[in-house]
Parts: sequence; structure tokens; C-alpha cells
Amino acid sequence: MDISFEHVSYIYQPNSPFEHRALNDITFSIKSGSYVAVIGHTGSGKSTLIQQLNGLLQPTEGSIQIGKYKLQAGEKTKNLRGLREQVGVVFQYPEHQLFEETVAKDIAFGPHNFGVEKMEIDRRIKEAVQATKLPDELLERSPFDLSGGQMRRVAISGVLAMNPEVLVLDEPTAGLDPRGQKDIMDMFKDLHKEKGLTTILVTHSMEDALAYADHIIILNQGEIYREGTPLEIFKQHDALEKVQLDVPEVMDFLRRAKKEYGVEIEYRGQDIAELAKELTLKVRGDSDHE
Amino acid sequence: MSSSMIIGQYIPADSVIHRLDPRSKIAIIFFYVVIVFFANSVMSYGVLTLFAIGSALLSKVPFRYIMKGLKPVWFLILFTFLLHLFVTREGDVAFSLFGWDVYREGLIQGGAISLRFFLLILVTSLLTLTTTPIEITDAIEELLGPLKKLRFPVHELALMMSISLRFIPTLMQETEKISKAQASRGVDFRTGSFKDRVRAVVPLLVPLFVSAFKRAEELAMAMEARGYQGGEGRTKLRELQLTKIDVLVYGVFVLLVIALFMTRS
Amino acid sequence: MGERQVEFRNVSFRYQEDMPWVLKNVSFTIGPNEWVAIIGHNGSGKSTIAKLMNGLLFPQEGEIFVDGMKVSQESVWDIRKEVGMVFQNPDNQFVGTTVRDDVAFGMENHGMPRDLMVERIKESLKAVRMEDFERYEPHRLSGGQKQRIAIASVLAVSPKFIILDEATAMLDPKGRKEIMQTVREVQQERDLSLITITHDLQEVTQASRVLVMNSGEVWMEGSPREVFSSKDHLTEIGLDTPFVSKMADHLKAEGVSLAREPLNHQELLEDLWTSRSNM
Repeated sequence: MDISFEHVSYIYQPNSPFEHRALNDITFSIKSGSYVAVIGHTGSGKSTLIQQLNGLLQPTEGSIQIGKYKLQAGEKTKNLRGLREQVGVVFQYPEHQLFEETVAKDIAFGPHNFGVEKMEIDRRIKEAVQATKLPDELLERSPFDLSGGQMRRVAISGVLAMNPEVLVLDEPTAGLDPRGQKDIMDMFKDLHKEKGLTTILVTHSMEDALAYADHIIILNQGEIYREGTPLEIFKQHDALEKVQLDVPEVMDFLRRAKKEYGVEIEYRGQDIAELAKELTLKVRGDSDHE
Repeated sequence: MSSSMIIGQYIPADSVIHRLDPRSKIAIIFFYVVIVFFANSVMSYGVLTLFAIGSALLSKVPFRYIMKGLKPVWFLILFTFLLHLFVTREGDVAFSLFGWDVYREGLIQGGAISLRFFLLILVTSLLTLTTTPIEITDAIEELLGPLKKLRFPVHELALMMSISLRFIPTLMQETEKISKAQASRGVDFRTGSFKDRVRAVVPLLVPLFVSAFKRAEELAMAMEARGYQGGEGRTKLRELQLTKIDVLVYGVFVLLVIALFMTRS
Repeated sequence: MGERQVEFRNVSFRYQEDMPWVLKNVSFTIGPNEWVAIIGHNGSGKSTIAKLMNGLLFPQEGEIFVDGMKVSQESVWDIRKEVGMVFQNPDNQFVGTTVRDDVAFGMENHGMPRDLMVERIKESLKAVRMEDFERYEPHRLSGGQKQRIAIASVLAVSPKFIILDEATAMLDPKGRKEIMQTVREVQQERDLSLITITHDLQEVTQASRVLVMNSGEVWMEGSPREVFSSKDHLTEIGLDTPFVSKMADHLKAEGVSLAREPLNHQELLEDLWTSRSNM
């Protein structure tokens, strides 16, 4: 599903002393099947943006088109349920939303609400736990007996079982240990590839944005600050520093090598081994000249 | 937005009433509630009303906030008035309304009871309008202090109240978060039959309870780690102190009592 | 068993008798003014170590000494005065209704006189650069700010040891930086030992010593340089190594000789340059 925002603004508590403009005149589009990272500080408008993607919030100004669904400022959106079925949102710490007696029932909750048939639900549960690599024997256990990492997988399975076309991920790795973080991120990458899910990742991790996304949107104080491919974005070190954002470590390292030692290596997505090779060549080359 | 969250009805302002020791406020309100029932003449009611309105003016709380506090009870006040009007069948008939005789005594009694009601609500809402919940908690802990000797868990009660106050905004944010997450999974909290809507509350309440318990457990651990071992041997940062204003207000209140008894019939 | 030391002597711990051991025969010492980082996977026993250190748990076997005292039911209240703890969740350790009340909480528990409390509140809020927030309620603070208040609350009691149990795990990068900055300053200015339990390798490189935990045992112990130079040992238990460390390995594979195991970009680049003369 293609997604496009046209001059979207969102204002909390308009016309009150607490009025707060969380998004200001945002325009962008996301192509169906792409993997987009949204980056910004706490309070930059990221979570407001997410909530508009499945109609939890209605834009105060402008309009949003998500596939065939349209959210227009000042108009009631038709078929909000349909939209929510198509756009699956994995919120921060999604394990906090678990409530059923068994894992299977909790995963079935979403599809059941959207009126999916029993047989189909069972099929989707199987598929979802396979994708999230949860062992089948957990299905009849209480979700509250599981480890934190497993609970998160159950919650993610519950969103996947809705069979969404768009997957919105709000810091899906928060609070996990590094191994758990990598597992989860790789899992979403596989889903993105295999099912062609349009994936929107909200993250603080520049490393993840570089490793997984093919497009990056940087939000700052409710506005789009920069937009482009990861390589385009992370080359703009100074612009990012201005809004107190980091660049991925590898690019920071190369920048330093250039600035302090005049070694110029262009980053094109090489892995560390390749970089080490180039770096060695450059350094040797330099010493030959002297 | 979280910054706009107001717990209770406290309206910040710099006034004599705000600066009054919360213990004094509670004590005075307590005795005011008692003496209101002694009023029995126009003059004595006048004196009491003067005190209440005067306090409200001194508090610098905008009129509309006071009215807001009274809103839920207007109906009750009106109802009491009408009840007396129609039930009392003594004395002379004052006038007839749609063929129903309204007695003079009914008017007077209805008016008096309604006024009493109004004064009580006004004075107590002044307490919550000018005192932060935590100050009220401190005052309750102090005032109940003597009960400690009877092994009444005064300290624990106060701590419970203050922790509840501390966590109200947190739990409100959490409720919002979970309800949004469940709405994204197709729960509809707004439409449907009554039964459906009751059922929609389960996916909200269970996670809330689970998280509240987890918070409680972690908080207990954190408190213990910081050396908490009950009220014994504990010192306090929050200190209530009676000032000149308190003494002055006590004086005014004594005058009020004297005036009240002089104006009784 | 000396003063200003934490010593674990053959400590084993499990939650219940029929459950597996969480810690197995763990021994180590943390000296005065040391900064020790404890790393390991979730479930490796890191957090249990923290809780044993200030008597939130007691070991079934072995002994723990803090500042010359043996940790036991009797000594626990004195121990907790010496060992301050900051936990992971910023919300679930904020007890007070305002910042100053929260900072006071620990001092109130230890029965400190009010005048001293008022003084210490100012002092410790200043140490974490939150002096302008004394009257703030917690819901008006960010996660990073709440954690700084948690640190201030611990400082106010002036303990000899501070444990940060994944205190930055739930924060955004900005909050994380704030906390690490605060911690560095506090460690330099105050006379205390610091124990940080963390997954953040950046944090680890700043410690003076690292304890690597794996399924309840001390897997490795040494300076960050020593620990990261035995990468195979770390990857064996599935732990990651910092970027510079990986880069150094690949450079070595290319035949570059580096003088030391680099801990940051600066060191790696410096060594790379001095290595030119040997090529």
C-alpha cells in the first residue's frame, strides 16, 4: 500500500492554554513494499505520526492517503476498522498489551476482532509463531509465564496474525539485550522480504536505520528535517549534529580518519573486512610516498 | 499532553488561604461543619455565609473554578429545596403553584437546608482548591498522629496516599497507551451494545493490573534498596509549620463562633 | 574483607531449592574508587550480583563483605547506606511526588536531620545538573532526567558504592549520554566505587575493570583492553565486541601491526599511523 501525507499538521488540545503543535505541515510519501526508518528525538512528533497511520489520530490539517483509505482533516474517516486491519502497529514494549489466558488466544484476539473465521485464525497463528520463532508448545501456556523476550514475540505474533500489509514498528527492540535486538530486527527484515510488507520503523538506533532501511525520514520538532537514502542522510554529519543526532559508528570513524589523517574512503555499504582492506591500502600507499 | 495533567482540583495561587497550614484548614473546616448546624436565624446564617464567601474571595481562586466544584451538587441542593417545599405542610400557605399549596415553613426550611448544604460544599471545595493533595496527605498524617499509639498505621496510610498520588499520572498515561494498542488490534471502545463495551474493557484492565503489580513489585524493591524499613526512626523533609497567619485565622474563627451564638434566636 | 571494598567469596545463589543455581561459586573483589562493568547475557546472573551486594537477596553459599561488614539480615540496614542502587525503569523507582521529595526519601529512611537533608538535596541535584528541577513532579521529566534524579537520591546518602543496574537500558541515546556524562563526573569528583551492569559496549570501554558473566559464573575478568583483546572468548558465549575492536582484528588480518587493543576511534587511528613506519 502506498502511503502519502499531504501538508499534515497535528495539534494537541487546540484552542487551549496547553495547545501543542506536534506535527507541522508534513508532506512525504512511502512506496508500497519499502522499508522506511523514521528517526527523531523524543518529542519530535514520531509517535503522533505513527498514530495517524492507523487512524488513532485524525490530522488537524491536511490529508493522508493509505492505500484506498483517506484521512482528511475535519472529516470523519470511513471504515476505520478496515484501515486498522491493514496497518499493523507494534507499539513500544508491546508485551504490555497481552491479556489473554493463553498465548494462542492472545494472538487470535486481533483477527477475531476483525471477524476472521476460526479456521483461518488457526492457520494464521501457526504462521505467525513460525515467523517469530516461538516454539509451538508455548501456544497453550499463559503469556505471563514467559520470558520478556518471548512475551514480545507473542505480542508481535498477535499483530502479524492480522495479516497487515503495512507494519509499523515503534522501537521494537527497546529494553532487549543485544542478541535479542538483533534477532528481532532480522526477523522483521525477513518478513519484509518474504511477504513484501511495507515496513515503517521508528528508531533511535542509527545502526539499525543504516542496516535495514532503504529510506530515512528525520523528524525534528514536528517537521521533516531530512529525507533520503541512508547513505545520503548519514553523509550529512554536520546537519545531523546540529539537531544532536549521531551518525552510525562506521561513518563517524571514516569521517575522523579523513579529518585527522587525510585518509579518504567513501562509504558505500562495505562491511568491516572490506573497509579494513581499503584502509590498509590507503595507509600503505601514503607511507610509500614519503 | 502530560504537562497539562491536573490531579485533584488544586488551583495554584498566592493567597492567605493557600499559605495556611493544611492542618489548620482541615481543623477549621471540621469545626465549621459542626457549627453550621447551630445556625437558626437569618442573622446567624448571614454570619456563616459571610465567613464562607469571605474565605472564597481571599483564596483568589477564580469564581468559575469554585462554581465548577459545585456543579455536581447543584442538582442535589435544588432537589433538597423542592423536597422541603412540597413535603412540609405546616404554617400559612405562602402561594399556590399549579394548584399545589406551598407553605411558608417549607420555603424557610428548604432555603435553610439548601444554604447549609451550599456552605458545606463551598468550604470543603475551598480546601481542595487551595491545598495540594500531598499537603492534605501530610496534614492527615499529622492530625492522625496520636492514633499511632493505638497501633493505627498512620505512616503507612500516608505513604500509600502519597504513592498513589505519585502514580496517578503514570497510570493514566499507561491506560491511554494500552487502549490505543488494543484499538489497533480492532477493539472498539466506543460503539456496540452495552455487553460488547463491557467486554472491551477486559483487554484494557488486565494489562493495567499486570503492569500495576509489576510496578508495585519494582517500587517496593527500589524503596527497600534505599533503606526503607517503615516509619520507625524515620525523619521527614516535609514539615508543616504553623505561622502567624494560622493564629490569626484561628482568632477570626473564634470570633465567628461568638458571633454565631450571639445571633442565634 | 578490607574497608571500602566489596568482596564476593565463593558465592552461590538460587531462588528456590528445586531451581537451578543463578550464581555458581562466584568470587571477586571491587576496590576503592574502582569502576567495574559487569556484562553478560540476560539471565547470566548480573542483576543477581547487584541485589546480593546490598542485601536485597542473600546467598545460600559463600560470603559477601561490604566495607568490612558481612552482608546479613543484621547488617543489612548499614549495608544499604553504603551501597546505592539505580534500577532500570525510571518510573518504578521514583517514590516522591516531587524531585526534592524523591531525593529526600533515602535520607529520611536513614533518619538524617532535616537541615542536612535540605543541604544535601541542593548538593546532589547540582552534581547531576538538575538543580533547576527541585519542585518538578515526575511526570514532567524525561526518562533520562528521572534517572539523574535516581542518581542524585543515591548520592544524597553518600554511599561508598553505587550500582547502576542497566540504568540506561530504557533511555533514548540522548538520555543515555546524559547519564554516562553524569556518572563520569560523579566518579571523578566523589570518593566512591562504581559498578555498572550494562549491555552497552561503549560504556564498558570506560570502566577500569570488566567482569564477564556467563550462566552464573565469572567467565572472564580484566581491563576492557584485556577483555576485548580475547574476542574469541567473548564470541564463544555470543557477546558482541565494539566496532574498533572488530576493525583492529581485520586490520591485523591485513598484516597491520597495532601496538595495543584499541578502545576508541582515536586510539585505533593513532596506532594505525604509528604502524606505518613498520610497513
